[in-house]
Amino acid sequence: MNTTAIGQPNSVAIAFFILFILITLAITYWAARRTRTTEHFYAAGRTISPGQNGFALAGDYMSAASFLGIAGLVSTTGFDGLIYSTGWLVGWPVVLFLIAEPLRNLGKYTFADVVALRLKQTPVRIAAAIGTLATVILYLIAQMVGAGGLIKLMFGLSYETAIVIVGAAMIAYVLFGGMLATTWVQIVKAALLLAGAFVLAVMVLARFHFNPAALFGAAATKYGAGVLNPGKLVSNPLDTISLGMALMFGTAGLPHILMRFYTVPDARAARTSVFYATGLIGFFYLLTFVLGFGAMVFVGPDAIKLVDKGGNMAAPLLAEFLGGTPFLGFIAAVAFATILAVVAGLTLSGAAALSHDLWVNAMHRGEADSREELRVARVATVILGIIAIVLGITFKGQNVAYMVSLAFAIAASGNFPALLLSIFWRRFTTAGAVSSMLFGTLATLLLIYLSPTIQVDILKHQTAWFPLKNPALLTIPLSFIVGIAVSLMSERASVDDPAHQRRMHLGEISAD
Amino acid sequence: MNAAVTTNHEHTKRTGDTLPTTRAAADEQLKALAARRWRIALTLTAVMIVLYFGFIVLIAYDRPLLATLVTPGLTLGILLGALVIVVSWLLTFFYVRWANTHYDAALRSLNAADADRGAMR
Repeated sequence: MNTTAIGQPNSVAIAFFILFILITLAITYWAARRTRTTEHFYAAGRTISPGQNGFALAGDYMSAASFLGIAGLVSTTGFDGLIYSTGWLVGWPVVLFLIAEPLRNLGKYTFADVVALRLKQTPVRIAAAIGTLATVILYLIAQMVGAGGLIKLMFGLSYETAIVIVGAAMIAYVLFGGMLATTWVQIVKAALLLAGAFVLAVMVLARFHFNPAALFGAAATKYGAGVLNPGKLVSNPLDTISLGMALMFGTAGLPHILMRFYTVPDARAARTSVFYATGLIGFFYLLTFVLGFGAMVFVGPDAIKLVDKGGNMAAPLLAEFLGGTPFLGFIAAVAFATILAVVAGLTLSGAAALSHDLWVNAMHRGEADSREELRVARVATVILGIIAIVLGITFKGQNVAYMVSLAFAIAASGNFPALLLSIFWRRFTTAGAVSSMLFGTLATLLLIYLSPTIQVDILKHQTAWFPLKNPALLTIPLSFIVGIAVSLMSERASVDDPAHQRRMHLGEISAD
Repeated sequence: MNAAVTTNHEHTKRTGDTLPTTRAAADEQLKALAARRWRIALTLTAVMIVLYFGFIVLIAYDRPLLATLVTPGLTLGILLGALVIVVSWLLTFFYVRWANTHYDAALRSLNAADADRGAMR
């Protein structure tokens, strides 16, 4: 495989891409007429069905990192890439068992609603907004940088143009269509992505009599038995465990995922939607096994790395090999749609943190007019969109995977422990919640700065102060300990626990 | 009033629990129900954690074992990775089925009792 159409403008890709933009803008126009109140803007009027929300959750979660990144990792490293495939799924059962239902019953728009419910609003909201914005902005940068590189490779557009297009489309979805448009963009994208990955996987397996073991065997024959076993990527055992912790518990702290549980009518719908999402995402990650090894066998690790050092073009190259330029065009457009949908979801959750948590509840004691809040949320959307565009251009060329894992580490250490403690532990106090969230977020940022990834790989120092690439192994337990210890040392909040319990299990209606 | 008695009766039959007549009794029943839900949820979470970190610890510390061939082309490592995904599905399926039938029915009867008390007041 010496020639590839990647990097040249591809008419099929452009046609599919324009079609996607037109469909999603039509959805946005339709949604805009139904987005009149804050409940519509943040939570789609709580009208999304469990099945729809299952697709939307899957759409929010299956980012470019999981489609292009994992396929790339598997195709260039073999088994090691599968650690991400499994790790990114196992967070979902945890979300279902521990978080989804109480979150839906106790909160309104953001996860900070739940943490702040029994505590002092202002400090908790500010701390939660810091954790949310740190997670959202890092995740946004990663997606923007990925989008810029991807579009440059696929459509031949300049990096900056690509970032501005993504930013403008994302602002349009969120600004006019709010959560309703964002949800349907996710659903369309999830269906496209699953269909594209499925067709690609079937085309790969068709060449091996639909026997995955024959595919893996072919990879082992060509590139050595080592590709089927853990390898270099996981050379430090503690690093492997730490990454696993960040992936598993990070999902339960991602603001844009948690926000989706407010779009369904009740806790039962929230629960059922996670079941659908887990099924769809698990199916998708099983497909990545096939796509990755398929790209390894048919395209080859060297050819993949020649196009993009990070291996991100493995799936598109595989599509080109199996289905020619038209299929490459389709997969390229799907990958672009994937990024566009994820950044829209992220922007909306960031805007909710700024308007609902900071502006309304921290600055105006929760006493703001709904219309005014809606206006603030829209201003916040534009501000976040512009920040994302500027940072996307500033961080050009950065390693995308490391920024995503950083976002997961912050979500797992800054947001998840406080959320879980506020649900489970009646002795949790304002001081405990604030210190746990701030400690988790700041300690994660600090340890990442002191890690080999920054100190050795980027700053070119000889050694790093902190040995692990991912700090979750240390920061998750410490955030719990800080939250519990500070709570025990501070004054107990006066709380009507039976009422809180009733609301957590029965929802808001029966509590009044 | 008659209607309330009938629904009460139905709920009693469905859940097998005696219905609470006071708020305090209702809170006690909710507490017991909530404790049952948390027990199941925490057990399933623990299973998930043990399963996934078992897999991760094997990757970190026992690579030769994962390199064992189950059939030609399929190593134990790849098989276990796929199994982690499949078992995650099964656990969520098990939980959602339990919650959608038993837990929700019990919640509904508590809710109905709540509404009945409201009507009687």
